[in-house]
Amino acid sequence: MNLPEREAAVRRMLERTPPPVPPDLHAEVVRRGSRMLRRRTTARRLLWLVLLAAALAFTIWASVARPWVEPPSTTTPPVSDW
Amino acid sequence: MRERHASRGARRAREFEEFVAGAAGRLLHAATLLTAEAPDDNPRARRLLTLALAQTYASWDRLRGEDPYDRARQHLATRFARGAWHQYGALGRHRPHSASVLADLSPQERLVLVLRLYEGVAEEQTAALLGLPTERVRTICARAMATLLHPPREPAPSVPGAKVAPS
Repeated sequence: MNLPEREAAVRRMLERTPPPVPPDLHAEVVRRGSRMLRRRTTARRLLWLVLLAAALAFTIWASVARPWVEPPSTTTPPVSDW
Repeated sequence: MRERHASRGARRAREFEEFVAGAAGRLLHAATLLTAEAPDDNPRARRLLTLALAQTYASWDRLRGEDPYDRARQHLATRFARGAWHQYGALGRHRPHSASVLADLSPQERLVLVLRLYEGVAEEQTAALLGLPTERVRTICARAMATLLHPPREPAPSVPGAKVAPS
């Protein structure tokens, strides 16, 4: 038996007795699929919320702490009366 | 705006229902072959198909012209491969003894055989989907076909009476 014949024989074996499709399949699929979608939406919202909160916290901290301002010198005494 | 949104949702639901009605039979048959269950008693295959179709439903809006059947089959195959990996440690150890024609094959052989011959996916695409070299897919497919066409004489030694005491 050559390859195409063998393949055809195996195909015929595989095609035998298709299983019956359960009638409530579509409803179940839609139920699970919409739950998946809902969860994804929730997760995305949560992620955005965390991102925004982090950005806000950083802005507030930066405006209060002003890390870009040179700190006042602690070694040289301030120069006065000269 | 809201009306348009609702009508789009309705159309999407109708399209998906038609897709499920058209594709479920063939995909369920493929899933039943994968799990090597009997055609009239296939809880694992049903579960596999439900989850794969649910994933397809969730990504329905992002298909962008791609064939939903391809996508569903992809979900089915990857889900089965992952499940088989977790269940049997590695693809290929456990061999269920059931009424299926594919009961003698390992999960990986079943997966390759079903994708290649039942679904008619090209060798290269099967290899890409499973993350295997093309030659390996060809080898697995040939071995599976040989096992199917010339089944091993000796049935697996799980029959209680057939145990032979070592001398």
